[in-house]
Amino acid sequence: MDIVVCIKRVPATDAAIKIAADGKSIETAGVSYELNAYDEFALEQALRIKEQLGAGSVTVVTLGPKEAQKELRDALARGADKAVLLVTDKWVYDTYSASATLANWLKSVPCTLVLCGRQAVDADNNQFAPALAARLGFGCVTEVSKLTLADATFTAERDIEGAREVVVCKAPAVLSCNKGLNEPRYANLKGIMAAKKKPYEEVAAQVIAPAMAIESLTLPPARAAGRIVGNGADAVPALITALRQEAKAL
Amino acid sequence: MSHIVVVAEVRGGKLKRPSLESITAAQQLAVKTGGQVIAIVCGAGLDAAAAELAANGASKVVAIDGPSFANYSGDAWAKAITAQVQESGAAAVLMAHTGMGKDLLPRVAALLDTGAITDVIAVSCEGGKFGATKPVYAGKAAMKVTATRQPFVATLRPNNFAAASGGGGGATTRVAAPAGDFLSLVKEIVTAASDKTPLQEAKVVVAGGRGLKEPQHFKLIEELAAAFGPGVAAVGASRAVVDAGWRPHGEQVGQTGKVVSPPLYIAIGISGAIQHIAGMRTARTIVAINKDPEAPIFKIADYGIVGDAFEVVPALTKAIAAVVAHK
Repeated sequence: MDIVVCIKRVPATDAAIKIAADGKSIETAGVSYELNAYDEFALEQALRIKEQLGAGSVTVVTLGPKEAQKELRDALARGADKAVLLVTDKWVYDTYSASATLANWLKSVPCTLVLCGRQAVDADNNQFAPALAARLGFGCVTEVSKLTLADATFTAERDIEGAREVVVCKAPAVLSCNKGLNEPRYANLKGIMAAKKKPYEEVAAQVIAPAMAIESLTLPPARAAGRIVGNGADAVPALITALRQEAKAL
Repeated sequence: MSHIVVVAEVRGGKLKRPSLESITAAQQLAVKTGGQVIAIVCGAGLDAAAAELAANGASKVVAIDGPSFANYSGDAWAKAITAQVQESGAAAVLMAHTGMGKDLLPRVAALLDTGAITDVIAVSCEGGKFGATKPVYAGKAAMKVTATRQPFVATLRPNNFAAASGGGGGATTRVAAPAGDFLSLVKEIVTAASDKTPLQEAKVVVAGGRGLKEPQHFKLIEELAAAFGPGVAAVGASRAVVDAGWRPHGEQVGQTGKVVSPPLYIAIGISGAIQHIAGMRTARTIVAINKDPEAPIFKIADYGIVGDAFEVVPALTKAIAAVVAHK
């Protein structure tokens, strides 16, 4: 099974967000970047499926800046066979653009399964997988937290409000992965050495224009300063009084 | 005169409440476009749901009904809905950002060759241009956008618009659900066996972190949550304790977990990493209990107690139980 894992380089989850002078983007100075947390589960699942089948390939692809080479190299070191960077300088904030661009590229490579994270934790769109699946005519299951594969059919579980859905989906498919699906491996020295010899490709992305324009990016209003009501268990009555009388929370 | 479509959600024969919230948002847009609110709903046996939609703001209901649609299929439902949207000539399509909405509507948008804006908290239509506001970076910022393709498609964050009530009174058009070979199909829905309050719907969230030292000490958190009475409070957890395997991911609050906005949030033994705060900063009242007076959580808490969770929490549990008993 030829598997493509779509990943994204995003600001680290511990990054403080500041708005840039244009009022439409974030201040990037001082922000560290990392592989989108949910994509870790997608990559791991791809490697496990290849191991299960004992055949096939894992290609990792991203639409992003030159710097995303770091995340792609890391994916190769963890066990992916090939990496492709579709280079763009612009922030990819819109799924119409991302899914159309990736769908065009995917039509040029062998692929029976696309895996991605449930959402990239920058734009938090949480819609890449179904949009891509529709464009490719593939089946799709989103936010998968348990997955089995037998006879080219996936059985996936996903959490919905107060319940768990069990979904069967035929290959070819696009699956978006949630935390809890697996325990991602990390690169070891052997993997890092092996990665240096693996195919790595950079091409200018043929980016499809977004379906939305950013008007503004703003920070949420700051919370009013609170106060320490006291120390230790003795402070509990003061807390209860404050919650009842001031906050009307009890 | 451009109509606004709401894709409604039915589970177990019952209309999901967020569908009525979507109607409210659709009404806000329909006032601007001079169109009507059309509800589209998929399933098997939709009479009651269609009647409820027609009685609560929908000027017209399209029920795509039949045994083949008894279970959800993202690809089949998206195709059927897309055909109805195209027939209606609607300028906008809205659905709640639920487990189904975020799976289904992006697929509809792609079939319509337009974009979707997801997890939206406000919609607008000015001079014929549709706009939306959505949280990004887990709510560390809000992004306001205008759609540049038609139709405008958006999923709406639940509990953010009031549910529509009354008005509408439209007729229901019945469309036979197509039979066919679906690419994906829900085989079963396993309802959680416990009577746990869903984290995002809880009135109170009691969350614990590393400060509890051992996974079994989460008993303190569970006892405090239980003290609020049945169905009121849910247990939350920091990323650190979820990553350590103490608690399931479903309880994680923060950037790679759930974003919650309860009337009362109690953080216990949680230092307040940026990615945790992103997931709970919109709670109405925040209480923090932490040993370290310098913990960042105190910067956003309305009320703090500096102290050992093992002393403070049992005392608080007792006090809350007393308050609840006197209500």
